[in-house]
Amino acid sequence: MSSQSATAQGVQHGAAHGVAHGTDHAADHGSVKSYVIGFVLSVILTAIPFWAAMTGYFPKSTAIPLVLIMAVVQVIVHLKYFLHLNFSEEGRANTFAFLFTALIIVMVVGLSVWIIYSANTMMMH
Amino acid sequence: MSTMTEAAHLVDDSRSLEDAHAHDHEHHDTGENTVFGFWIYLMTDCILFASVFATYAVLFMNTAGGVSGRDIFELDYVAIETAALLFSSITYGFAMIAAHKQNKGATLAWLMVTFALGAVFIGMEVNEFHHLVAEGNGPSRSAFLSSFFTLVGMHGMHVTAGLIWMVVMMIEVFKRGLGSKTVTRLSCLSLFWHFLDIVWICVFTVVYLLGVM
Repeated sequence: MSSQSATAQGVQHGAAHGVAHGTDHAADHGSVKSYVIGFVLSVILTAIPFWAAMTGYFPKSTAIPLVLIMAVVQVIVHLKYFLHLNFSEEGRANTFAFLFTALIIVMVVGLSVWIIYSANTMMMH
Repeated sequence: MSTMTEAAHLVDDSRSLEDAHAHDHEHHDTGENTVFGFWIYLMTDCILFASVFATYAVLFMNTAGGVSGRDIFELDYVAIETAALLFSSITYGFAMIAAHKQNKGATLAWLMVTFALGAVFIGMEVNEFHHLVAEGNGPSRSAFLSSFFTLVGMHGMHVTAGLIWMVVMMIEVFKRGLGSKTVTRLSCLSLFWHFLDIVWICVFTVVYLLGVM
């Protein structure tokens, strides 16, 4: 294939994207608006836990769950607005691959912590 | 499968405009498969990070009479690192939008801004590590510090790899422009970069914020 035709295809490809941007394809690549929404939410969800940890405004029993919940929500915000995960026909495979991974992570981290912390507690007796 | 049949059909049917169009579709599909394959790699990387997080969670209390997280973590410093990485996520997003619009200049400019923010993050992390080691709190001091350096260092190595990849992409965009293959590569780096920001959310929450509480 000559480089000229490759360039022509590149341009055509770009033009096709330009047209598609107004419609359904915008969801795949994200728009300025979706990135800004994701960014603003992330700033809020980062500022709250940092503020809680730095000032010690809440007692520990409230602050720990608060910080953890903010982290989980921010991860979901990033997945939706920056990584464009969704349940559309094209995007579904990525989302299910992630959900399966999340299950494995919960098992690896959750069970390790459970086993070792229980072992630690039993050693104290 | 159906797209390939459709492409073959179009090539047989006519050799003019549809021909180029069919090729265009084939390229687009290959690109999507590449990005999906890269996503699967990222999922395995996720599990690697999860194992190291589990190791940290198990070992972080074992300070061997040395410093704990409360003594060495400075949240003001970590907040600036976090801000640099978060800003770099949105600037990379803008680079991708410019790339899809075939705007070469804007793509290069946003990639440079993203690179600078990533470099600030890595510079600050290296500085933090240097101070810890200089004060005798290196990775060999305790199990807590070993797991801390492994977890945070592994994230830092990923970001460094991302920065090297970004330089390569800037050269490619500069020399060859924004062909469909280049845009596919930029999309893979986009996933990698945003994925590292997600890992950092877990790091600052589990290591730094919970560490000082």
